[in-house]
Amino acid sequence: MLRWAPALTLLLFLGPVAAGLIGTWLPAFGYLPALGGERFSLEPWRRLFSEPGLGGALRLTLTTGFAATALSLAIVLAFLATCHGTRPVIAVRRLLAPLLAVPHVAVAIGFAFLAAPSGWLARAVSPWLTGWDRPPDLATAPDPFGVALVCGLVLKEVPFLLLMTLAALGQVPADRTLAVARSLGYAPATAWIKTVLPLVWPQIRLPVYAVLAFSLSVVDMALVLAPGSPPPLAPLVLRWFNDPDLSRQFVAAAGASLQFVLVGSAILAWFAGERLAASLGRRWIDAGGRGAGGRAMRRGATAAMALVFATGLAGITGMAIWSFARRWRWPDLLPSEWTLHTWARQLDALAWPGWTTVSVALTASAIAIALVLACLEHEQRHGITPGSRALWLLYAPLLAPQIGFLFGVQVLLVRAGLDGSWPALVWGHLLFVLPYVFLALADPWRRLDERYARTALCLGASPAGVFWRVKLPMLLRPVLFATAVGFAVSVGEYLPTVFAGGGRFATLTTEAVSLAAGGDRRVIGVYALLQALLPWLGFMLAIGVPAWFYRRRRDMREFAA
Amino acid sequence: MSGDGALRLKAVTLALDGRVLIDGLDLAVAPGEVVTVMGPSGCGKSSLLAWLCGSVAAAFTVGGRALLDGTDITALPSEARRIGILFQDDLLFPHLSVAGNLAFGIPRNVPRRERRARVAAALAEAELPGFGDRDPATLSGGQRARIALMRTLLAEPKALLLDEPFSRLDARLRDRMRHFVFDHAGERGLPVLLVTHDPDDAAAAAGPVIEIAPRDDAPEFAESD
Repeated sequence: MLRWAPALTLLLFLGPVAAGLIGTWLPAFGYLPALGGERFSLEPWRRLFSEPGLGGALRLTLTTGFAATALSLAIVLAFLATCHGTRPVIAVRRLLAPLLAVPHVAVAIGFAFLAAPSGWLARAVSPWLTGWDRPPDLATAPDPFGVALVCGLVLKEVPFLLLMTLAALGQVPADRTLAVARSLGYAPATAWIKTVLPLVWPQIRLPVYAVLAFSLSVVDMALVLAPGSPPPLAPLVLRWFNDPDLSRQFVAAAGASLQFVLVGSAILAWFAGERLAASLGRRWIDAGGRGAGGRAMRRGATAAMALVFATGLAGITGMAIWSFARRWRWPDLLPSEWTLHTWARQLDALAWPGWTTVSVALTASAIAIALVLACLEHEQRHGITPGSRALWLLYAPLLAPQIGFLFGVQVLLVRAGLDGSWPALVWGHLLFVLPYVFLALADPWRRLDERYARTALCLGASPAGVFWRVKLPMLLRPVLFATAVGFAVSVGEYLPTVFAGGGRFATLTTEAVSLAAGGDRRVIGVYALLQALLPWLGFMLAIGVPAWFYRRRRDMREFAA
Repeated sequence: MSGDGALRLKAVTLALDGRVLIDGLDLAVAPGEVVTVMGPSGCGKSSLLAWLCGSVAAAFTVGGRALLDGTDITALPSEARRIGILFQDDLLFPHLSVAGNLAFGIPRNVPRRERRARVAAALAEAELPGFGDRDPATLSGGQRARIALMRTLLAEPKALLLDEPFSRLDARLRDRMRHFVFDHAGERGLPVLLVTHDPDDAAAAAGPVIEIAPRDDAPEFAESD
């Protein structure tokens, strides 16, 4: 059975991506018999390019996508270059998990609460500084230029890139390299950029592409933070998909295909930029400049990083406070009256989406961890060393824009008579849960000293016995941690829920998005906070259970994720 | 020659990426005897042990046969070979107690009460009575090494392989541990194959010594870390 694990896994999550792309491209060229499209034509594209909002949407997509990616990467690299091995890095590492765990939508809503005209930021400086005795009539979140969207994206992407870069740093001789460079007279940050970054870059290249692809095609955060007329391309395409006029589906499919081309071209362009930077960088390295002390740079980078974390956490705190607020007058910093009323009133409404969220997330992450464990165990028993191509396959669902293939997946599900069913929903989530679970578990699993397994085999344990009695218990913490990652990813999923669920299933995420459009802040706070709390609970269990279980096994702490 | 308890290697050839490291090694280790294989890093001696216990890396091509107590074990899976191995590190399972580690080695079909008795006896032999419930992390290096040996012996191996097992111990402990290992293996009449680059190990083993010559084209790399 183990033999089929890699093939089954690939089939489960690459099959739908490929089939979904085909199922999107065909209608983009006019072919969708179910809606009367029986002949190939360029009509959908012609209609797409005559859409009035398209130009603005493309401009907004490209500016926000590249700005968010470049800004996030710059903050992370500047921080690590200037602070390598110092206390701020340790502090940030500790704060990483809570911020990573929060779903995108919750971060977006939290940021909107901060930056809105009546949000905490405006309250903090009013009226003594601004003279506003009422919330000003300004468009801040969302704003017409997508600044709020860029901020929201940065809040989510900085922790992700930081996590990936820290993991990559652990796999290269960073400390020794840095020590050598510094002994040759290079200033710390210069030494880091000239000697450590080239070592680390190949390992963070794919995560950076994933961030770029995500920023260019994000839907849920854009629905909360981006302007509406026109919105970026992906939400615009979603709007067309949801149009009651079914002939719009063809335009939507063409738009989704354009989104795919856009992301592909953007990654190619980024790659070209990388090559250029590398050749310029080599010349810069050859020139031998040692760099100056760079204390100002260090302060700036630390401040930027602190700002990202403080903003993210403040947003969530703000949501929590709103959900318990009864009276919160402008420009008070805190409510004047508190209440549990909002929560009590929402309990009934929460039950069904809450149950869907939890049951789908638990099932998807359980299936994912089982498949990932089977793949990793298969790989080790047969002594396979996966190449970099396997990693590209794994990243495929993260690089391809969701809206670019989910429509095709939905068409497939309709064909199979599965659309809008609970298994379809789980499957839709699995597409994105699986790669993250694999990424979270592969390194700790492969790092386990293989001599433990050899010792156990020589003691007479069967390969299955070694798996259940040695590897799994020793790696309990990373296994549970990876499961919690999968759970968190599933809880935050928006588009897969909309498409695979056929509109029949509401989760906390879809509810939060639809409430965010207008709605009562207190109610939005309830949904967004609960959405953030679920992944936290998952991570607390994933860390707490092994810690308790192995409380009397000191060396098990080394096997922490 | 069947059933004499000896470990025999017949015309063993070991190559990595087409480079021959060991060429046509013939060797017999009698019960109770310790044969020492010496050679520099990268000469293939650790890989030879890995091959003997059935876990050599796929990158190696190995020819020849291994016989234990008259049985050809070349094609058997690790867990069926009845060969015990000790590494530089004790590799006690960190998630199990000391007693749990010892019990891991005892064959499955031994009933519970008997298992407990064997664990207790092994603890006594390791001069660590009453240590069963302890976390292995709280033991000293020498204590851990003794538990590792007892764990290996509880699996009732028919031969013992030692992959530089004393090199991580400090000088004072090293000599005690050598005697502890060789005495226990000798009492049980096990053929022992020791791989080392410490001449003192070979001297303490007091058995035949085989030198594997370094190959001119052999790369300089540490094979066991």
